[in-house]
Amino acid sequence: MTPRVDRTLRGAAALVGVADAVSPTGQLDTFGRALEAAMVREALADAGLALADVDGVCHHASSVAFAEYLGIHPTFTDSTSTGGSSFEIHVEHAAAAIAAGVCDVVVGVYAGTPRSDRKRFGGPRRRGGPADAEVMAEWEWPYGMRMPMGAYALAASRHMAEFGTTSEQLAQIAVSTREWAARNPRARYRDPITIDDVLGSPMESSPLHRLDCCLVTDGAGAFVLTSAERAAVLAKPPVFVLGAATCHDHMMISQMPDLTTTPGAVSGPAAFAMAGMKPIDVDVLMGYDSFTITALLHLEDLGFCAKGEGGPFAADGKLGPGGALPMNTNGGGLSYTHPGMYGMFLIVEAVRQLRGESGERQVSDANVAVAHGSGMVLSVMSTLVLGTEAVR
Amino acid sequence: MTEMKRPEPPVSEISAPFWDATRSGELVFQWCVDCERVVFYPRTICPGCLGDRLEWRPSRGIGRVYAVTVEPRDTNPQFPLRAPYAVALVDVEDGARMLTNIVGCDPLTVTVGMPVAVTWEPLSDGRQLPQFTPTEGGGP
Repeated sequence: MTPRVDRTLRGAAALVGVADAVSPTGQLDTFGRALEAAMVREALADAGLALADVDGVCHHASSVAFAEYLGIHPTFTDSTSTGGSSFEIHVEHAAAAIAAGVCDVVVGVYAGTPRSDRKRFGGPRRRGGPADAEVMAEWEWPYGMRMPMGAYALAASRHMAEFGTTSEQLAQIAVSTREWAARNPRARYRDPITIDDVLGSPMESSPLHRLDCCLVTDGAGAFVLTSAERAAVLAKPPVFVLGAATCHDHMMISQMPDLTTTPGAVSGPAAFAMAGMKPIDVDVLMGYDSFTITALLHLEDLGFCAKGEGGPFAADGKLGPGGALPMNTNGGGLSYTHPGMYGMFLIVEAVRQLRGESGERQVSDANVAVAHGSGMVLSVMSTLVLGTEAVR
Repeated sequence: MTEMKRPEPPVSEISAPFWDATRSGELVFQWCVDCERVVFYPRTICPGCLGDRLEWRPSRGIGRVYAVTVEPRDTNPQFPLRAPYAVALVDVEDGARMLTNIVGCDPLTVTVGMPVAVTWEPLSDGRQLPQFTPTEGGGP
């Protein structure tokens, strides 16, 4: 009988190169494949690796088409497309593949330019599968819900009714996040805001105000992941993937089992368990903030506070600079950038924080970071627990 | 076109009984005979047990608001409701949770937990779109 083998990806792979492209104007000059290729080039340079070293590729639309464009023949390929959390899942899958010896160097990439596309193409480029669209057309579209904010508004409505969460508490998340953005010269919005500013901004889908909602900007990024062995001889300090887990429980908001609990309640604890860590160990939390309510739900589901207590937990400003739980230190989707699928930027900032490269916004002694991606309408959650050599 | 229209829902082979029932103002749901679970949206199998013994049962069409948002601005000129209008999830008592509109009231007065009953808006092909309206005390 074959003996059972303990299988884990803990510490087997490390992020060794990252890049992103954003602009305070919210617009980039390049787009599409050219922008993607530029990100891969920069991330490989950051890692001190060459394209010829790459044997794995991740792309949220088609890794096959992208590998052909790059002229590479990868032995690992991943076109997982779960919305904004795609890139955390790409890291998870790539780390597992590296741990299993499937490949050695994997690149993942993303580029979105909705702001420039309006001028370039006269509107957003369409995406999404026809099978998905049919069921939404039948059961959701007839009712005139604005997407995606209407779906998140329903979640906020339910959380308020069930737990007494207030608009002021949600607004504090936007305020704290803006405080981080003020320390990031590359952020889209850097001027301080107050709770009254958030509450006074136009109502989008109630109860969400405009400043409860993420930006629409151009933006792009990439990462490079390799084995711990190879990471040890590369240019930058390795950032190890210590835990990774994913869960999804619906596609449409009307099919979400409980609007106050996301599948992060599964992925978060699983990722922490793999890492052998707890929320208290986290120095930097990068929690996907498509809306203030999204970030609030992460705080609860990842175990930083109990279910229903996210509002009071965030209300004292502990998520901002100098607070007990630095969250979204780049300024987040709310103030830094949000090209539509923001998960890549969670990873990039987590790596920079753990390398000590975050400048004025650097969190001191940062050794553990969580990048928690959220895709579609609270549908797909993927949690990465990342750490430095000190905590490996 | 001068007539204001909704984006009308397509009908699949599986969902046809749901939409046929709306022609006579009847709200029906698919149920799994084996595990007594409501199946919504309609499917070929029960997502609880993968069984295919599914049947259609009428609903009284009453329930409560589970969550609600009010859209403050018109975004689609074809849409018949003028902003502000309420989009809600309603838990139907003997059925499922559905996305819908709450009509026949000031949308800003719609609250989570409010009792509602089904009401119908005619579609262009004789089908009717289920919506909900507030009731006194939770039943007709």
